[in-house]
Amino acid sequence: MFGLNKKDSALLLLVAILTMLAPFILNPFPSDSGLAQFNAGYPDLMQRFVIFGIFAIGFNILFGLTGYLSFGHAAFLGVGSYSAVWMFKLLSMNIIPAIVLSVAIAGLFALVIGYVSLRRTGIYFSILTLAFAQMSFALAYSVLTPITNGETGLQLSLDDPRILDSANTSGSLPVTSLFGLEMRSSFDLVVGPWSFTFSVGYYICAIAMLLAFYLSIRIFRSPFGMMLRAIKSNQQRLNYTGLNPKPYTLAAFVISGMYAGLAGGLLASMDPLAGAERMQWTASGEVVLMTILGGVGTLIGPVLGAGLIKYFENIFSKINDTVLHGWFGILPDGIEDFLVSIIHPFVGKGWHLTLGIIFMLVVTFLPGGLVEGGQRIARLFRSKKKTDGADAAKTEPAE
Amino acid sequence: MDAIILQILNGLDKGSAYALIALGLTLIFGTLGVVNFAHGALFMIGAFCAVFVQRLLNLSFETVDPSKTDFLGQPLKVKTPYVESWFGPDVGATIIDWSVPLAVLFCIPVMVLIGFVMERGLIKHFYKREHADQILVTFGLAIVLQEVIKAFYGANPIQTPAPETLSGVATLAGGIVYPVWRIVYFCFAAVIIGGVFAFLQFTTFGMVVRAGMADRETVGLLGINIDRRFTVMFGIAAAVAGLAGVMYGPINAPNYHMGMDFLVLSFVVVVVGGMGSLPGAVAAGFLLGILESFASTTWATTTIPGINQIIIYLVAIIILLTRPRGLLGKKGVME
Repeated sequence: MFGLNKKDSALLLLVAILTMLAPFILNPFPSDSGLAQFNAGYPDLMQRFVIFGIFAIGFNILFGLTGYLSFGHAAFLGVGSYSAVWMFKLLSMNIIPAIVLSVAIAGLFALVIGYVSLRRTGIYFSILTLAFAQMSFALAYSVLTPITNGETGLQLSLDDPRILDSANTSGSLPVTSLFGLEMRSSFDLVVGPWSFTFSVGYYICAIAMLLAFYLSIRIFRSPFGMMLRAIKSNQQRLNYTGLNPKPYTLAAFVISGMYAGLAGGLLASMDPLAGAERMQWTASGEVVLMTILGGVGTLIGPVLGAGLIKYFENIFSKINDTVLHGWFGILPDGIEDFLVSIIHPFVGKGWHLTLGIIFMLVVTFLPGGLVEGGQRIARLFRSKKKTDGADAAKTEPAE
Repeated sequence: MDAIILQILNGLDKGSAYALIALGLTLIFGTLGVVNFAHGALFMIGAFCAVFVQRLLNLSFETVDPSKTDFLGQPLKVKTPYVESWFGPDVGATIIDWSVPLAVLFCIPVMVLIGFVMERGLIKHFYKREHADQILVTFGLAIVLQEVIKAFYGANPIQTPAPETLSGVATLAGGIVYPVWRIVYFCFAAVIIGGVFAFLQFTTFGMVVRAGMADRETVGLLGINIDRRFTVMFGIAAAVAGLAGVMYGPINAPNYHMGMDFLVLSFVVVVVGGMGSLPGAVAAGFLLGILESFASTTWATTTIPGINQIIIYLVAIIILLTRPRGLLGKKGVME
């Protein structure tokens, strides 16, 4: 299918089905039950899942294939957001030109930064990208205020020109749309106690994510991807064979920058705001966390990691003491209070702590992330079956 | 002329902090070959040692003083810190006032211990792995340490004032008015830096460590347990970062993410100075601190807007592209 082999098409199909059915899958609990707060099926969060999935897929093309660890990728996301919002302000509320521009500008930005940073490898590359990103962040906060609106962040206003749109007479801010289909509009399906929300914005993001995912599979399987892997495994040997790795790494850097730009453009399309904090280095650290947690160098890993972290950030962080007391309510009071006080620092506002611990464990014991964990478990079951079979085959004739 | 001297002085205190953190980072990189992203967190923990000591000294009990009444006419409850009841009110008050310098004494064993635990418990397992893995695991550790501190002390900055006698301003020769504590901080940093260099230069232990930095394998073959010495160096590096943090408290109230803010800059400092070069790290720390303070003068910001925000990164980029081994880096080390 689409030039993919059987295994990859199956993976793509699976991801497509999962993303399309996400409003059902992520809302397993009836909306009036106590577990309803674990429902992640509301549009805003689902959009974040897929948008940061795109961001992580792009980061993985660079880090997973070439091994260059960029600590400044959030800069491209920020640049993408800013350009999209400017497009909404100047041209039209249609998201197509905004996204096209954000991808293009982020690509250009990545070309410049990549051209300079890629002259160094290893830790120097990490620090160079970090320095560039922090520089863009600092500039966006201070000097570039006419373009970025500084600390307040770039927002829409009523008197923006928007030359392609018809004059706005309603007196309220216009909303982003795709040829009239508003991003915000959604459709609620109520089945008994369950309620599922299908939003236009989510499905646009999901389609973009599927396209991005498909493209990344093609890159992984292409001769170009093979070249990038060669750079990761032994750059020196590649040099000796007479191949210049620079154009390949630069191309990978620009592609992953454009993915980040796409993610930024989509973020702005869902909610037309852009702030400098999106470019801060902690935001770059977050995409590193996502990719590593999910499984660096694997196809599906980054998406899983992005989903996990965003789930943590939005759902896990809402577990407070009242909820905990509710869970352990059946236990005797002393034990209940004891358990709650133990768990308390790890949930709610302390979710970063849990995340940090999981991340350290993954880096130490599972360098391949969740995907490797899954594979190991699968192998455990498979090998058990095999040895059982072998034992049986061995013992039977003896009897 | 005065303006220039003032800017240099202004740069010195921030430069001292950069230099101390960068020194620790370089010690770790030079000995163990590990890129420690958790070093900023150690700086932050040091600052919170001061908070801890301050809180400890202020532990107090309540007594009812019948001779005074509060606005409702009831006997007033007076809080007396234990220290004051043990040593008398005057001495006790002085001890509380000097909590930051006292925290220095408390901080050294704590930081050395944290350093040991970190090296033996975590970093040891990452010697043979890629730099990227080391960066990632220490980055994770930094998040964990930061969140632990946040869980204990909350997210707001906590004031740790300097002792009364050292908290005013001094008029230096030439009529320059300058906060006393910043001068103290600079002198303190100079002493620590001098101490570390003297330790490495003039003791047998330091000599072995330097030999190990040059060629770890050979030193090991000579029958010296170099790993243990490197662990000690890790402890010392942690203590240096912690000390930088304790004394920085009065300049900038400690908050849980101050480590991350300093970490990025300290890394830039290490790179500018040269990976693995101790004098380079110190020189670059002061140099960048002073450059930053010159860049924030009105003259500089009106000529090139925003230069104060980006000068350090700009210098780092130029250095990395033109002289990748850094200002004082040795040829061939991580070039």
